[in-house]
Amino acid sequence: MILQQLINGLTLGSTYALTAVGYSMVFGILELVNFSHGSVYMVGAFLTLIFLTSLKLNFFVSFLLSIILTGLLGILIDKVSLYPLRRKNAPKVTALISTIGVSIFLQNLVMLVWGSETKNFPLVINPGAVELMGVKVSFLQMIIFSMCLVIMIGLNTMIQKTRIGKAMRATAQNAEAAKLMGIDINRVIMITFFIGSALASVAGTMVGMYYQTIDPYIGYMAGLKAFAAAVLGGIGVLPGAIIGGLLIGVIETLSAAYINSGYRDAIAFAVLVLMLVIKPSGLLGKQVSKKV
Amino acid sequence: MKLLHKGIDFYMNHKKLLIMMLLVPIMAVPFFGFSPYMMRMITLSGIYIILALSLNLLTGFTGQVSLGHAAFYGIGAYTSALLAIRFDLSFVYTAIAGGLVAGFFGLLLGLPTLRLNGTYLSIVTLGFCEITRLVALNWMDLTRGPMGLTGIPLPKVFSWVIDKDAEFFYLILILIILTWVAINNLIKSRTGRALISIREDELAAEAMGINILKYKLIAFTTAAFFAGIAGSFYAHYASFIDPQSFTFDESIQILSMVILGGMGSNLGAAFGAVILVSIPEMLRGLQEYRMLMYGAVLVIMMLMRPQGLLGNVKLGDILNKKPVNEEEVSQDA
Amino acid sequence: MHKLQIEGLTKTFGGLTAVNNVAMHVDDNEIVGLIGPNGAGKTTLFNMITGLYTPTSGQLLYQEKDITGLKPDKITDIGIARTFQNIRLFPMMTALENVMIGLHTRTHSTMFDSILRTKRHRTEEKNNIQRAMEILEMVGLESKQDEYSKNLPYGEQRKLEIARAMASNPGILLLDEPAAGMNENETAELTGFIKGLKGLGMTVLVIEHDMRLVMSICERIYVLDYGSKIAEGVPKEIQSNPQVIEAYLGKGA
Repeated sequence: MILQQLINGLTLGSTYALTAVGYSMVFGILELVNFSHGSVYMVGAFLTLIFLTSLKLNFFVSFLLSIILTGLLGILIDKVSLYPLRRKNAPKVTALISTIGVSIFLQNLVMLVWGSETKNFPLVINPGAVELMGVKVSFLQMIIFSMCLVIMIGLNTMIQKTRIGKAMRATAQNAEAAKLMGIDINRVIMITFFIGSALASVAGTMVGMYYQTIDPYIGYMAGLKAFAAAVLGGIGVLPGAIIGGLLIGVIETLSAAYINSGYRDAIAFAVLVLMLVIKPSGLLGKQVSKKV
Repeated sequence: MKLLHKGIDFYMNHKKLLIMMLLVPIMAVPFFGFSPYMMRMITLSGIYIILALSLNLLTGFTGQVSLGHAAFYGIGAYTSALLAIRFDLSFVYTAIAGGLVAGFFGLLLGLPTLRLNGTYLSIVTLGFCEITRLVALNWMDLTRGPMGLTGIPLPKVFSWVIDKDAEFFYLILILIILTWVAINNLIKSRTGRALISIREDELAAEAMGINILKYKLIAFTTAAFFAGIAGSFYAHYASFIDPQSFTFDESIQILSMVILGGMGSNLGAAFGAVILVSIPEMLRGLQEYRMLMYGAVLVIMMLMRPQGLLGNVKLGDILNKKPVNEEEVSQDA
Repeated sequence: MHKLQIEGLTKTFGGLTAVNNVAMHVDDNEIVGLIGPNGAGKTTLFNMITGLYTPTSGQLLYQEKDITGLKPDKITDIGIARTFQNIRLFPMMTALENVMIGLHTRTHSTMFDSILRTKRHRTEEKNNIQRAMEILEMVGLESKQDEYSKNLPYGEQRKLEIARAMASNPGILLLDEPAAGMNENETAELTGFIKGLKGLGMTVLVIEHDMRLVMSICERIYVLDYGSKIAEGVPKEIQSNPQVIEAYLGKGA
């Protein structure tokens, strides 16, 4: 039983991890919280569904289109709501409020365009499952987990090995110096938003398939849990997002099963608040001293 | 342009007088023969004015952006509702109790501010709001969960039962005036200057001898206290409350009012509350665009005027000292 | 008995030692200078004295009382006030309000006094405004009382910051590069002003790069280099100290 919950928790957790990457990467580079990320995740799930059902496209085409469009949406959000603030050197909190605005705007836009009712997400993967020692692991769970794993390894390799990855790390370390070394900061930021949002679309679509329903409100909770995951692991640190995501997923599933399912959402918040109060830098983050 | 300047100067020089003059027609509102629906909107605006004023103390004056103000509103509402239902207490007591319990939670939420700043603090307030809502949703014995509390008695001020629109109106008006005077007096004092200095430069404030934790706690507790009182009024007025009324969206609405009207201006916050309650109502067809509008307000205000329409900058200053390109725009207009 | 006594004060950040085993003292009604090349650890020393940094080791005594590790607001309360190298006024508060913040530790009305407008609040507020105006007059800013501090010219902002620190009626006033960014006239005026503070009975510890200012107002001078004290003495001795010259001009010069 506990093993089964663990499997379910890891599946859910891997989607949190994918979403957490978006928060973490943006924070790493811009040191701000992009609150709209949860809504981006929701839009990603909706786009896949709309291409799939309304336009009757093949699942993989729908998924790919959604990933690209959601990635572009991320860039657009930065250009509209963050870039102007960056240029004015506005306090970080204005960026938070501005992206909260974007988040609410997107959520309500989706409600106006596609309706606020819950939508069925069709089965596209064989619903079968493998049973091992009394633990049922569905094909979909395997796909979600392995897909997240592959993406994370790929992303990590990209950031460690490629030119753009190095540029991203340099910008995260010291944007001013990176600029002087000839790194095109704006391009780095654009790519960061694209990747983060594209991954949110992957996560949103996966969760849509997993629960077989989506609605315009899913982004809020998922976004906050992913943010909690990013903070837990250490915001700005990529492996932190993975560890945080998996942990939040497991903690949530276990506490829902063994404590009280009514409080399953509260657990993530409690972890978030405790972590921020006790060690804001997270499990893998470094403590920063205050500047005078 | 010149006329506008003169108008602004006049407003600045005679602020007190103008607000007093405004009070006369406001006092007469129940005699205008408004429909019950209209009176309801006006009373509702009144509740939001208190919420915006209290959040403004915390966010506008002290600079601590809270995304969880609805939690205090809710705590105040539940406290008074329960006291009124179970013990049949008078509104005077339930309101004070609602304020005090909310204030206590404000104090608790304020404690981590010693270590947290800016964005992280805001996120903690958001987490607090969600946890409060989930507790209200799950603590069936006390709150009846999603069914909410029904049959909250009409407010009694000692033996006088308030049940007419006009009476509700005067009750909320009195609460607004009390809140306004209290917050205004607080701001224009040694304590208020300490709060503002924390917003302006926390480190310098500390170096000038201000105990940061103490003053942040004062801001959190006072803001929560008044939000609790607003909640208390709401509970008696609506006679029904459930966790749906105190969500994150509600917090965002209150924050939007403060941001639109003006951070660090009481008049601005009140103005923001009235606008954001009445515009969606006036444009009935646009009702479903209401939250869309809140979203847009936040983004646009952050980009164009983070200090809000009547923010604590002297308006004349802004018109005179705008960056070059913006000045051109305003001259064209 | 020294007014301020510093013993073996050390501050390390990670592996870097910013201030290394520094001992110094300031006596009552003295003007003492603290000089040294950029990055010598002067501001770090100030930050430790005023409680913004906790010393890694060492001791700070103010009027023979141990103040090591106290919080900044407590230290101001006890009697040490400062200005900042990169002016830290409250930009959206008026000049008068900035000075009134300086009076915070010397006043006592509570939030309830303010809300209820008690007699204590009213008399204290009246006295506060009067006292703040007097201090503004001392620095020649009385006509700017209602200006937002961010709208003041640079030189006046520097003066206002000194006024704000003076308002807390400090036993020792710490000035961190008060002449930075000032032109020659302004610097001359500032020199006169700081000299005048001594006449008012004040004690001043000043970090400054402008040698003319330092040499003309300071009775004693400490020199830091790479976090360590390399010299101390009256201005004449410092000017002719070969180690100081080397620190400023670099080895081999």
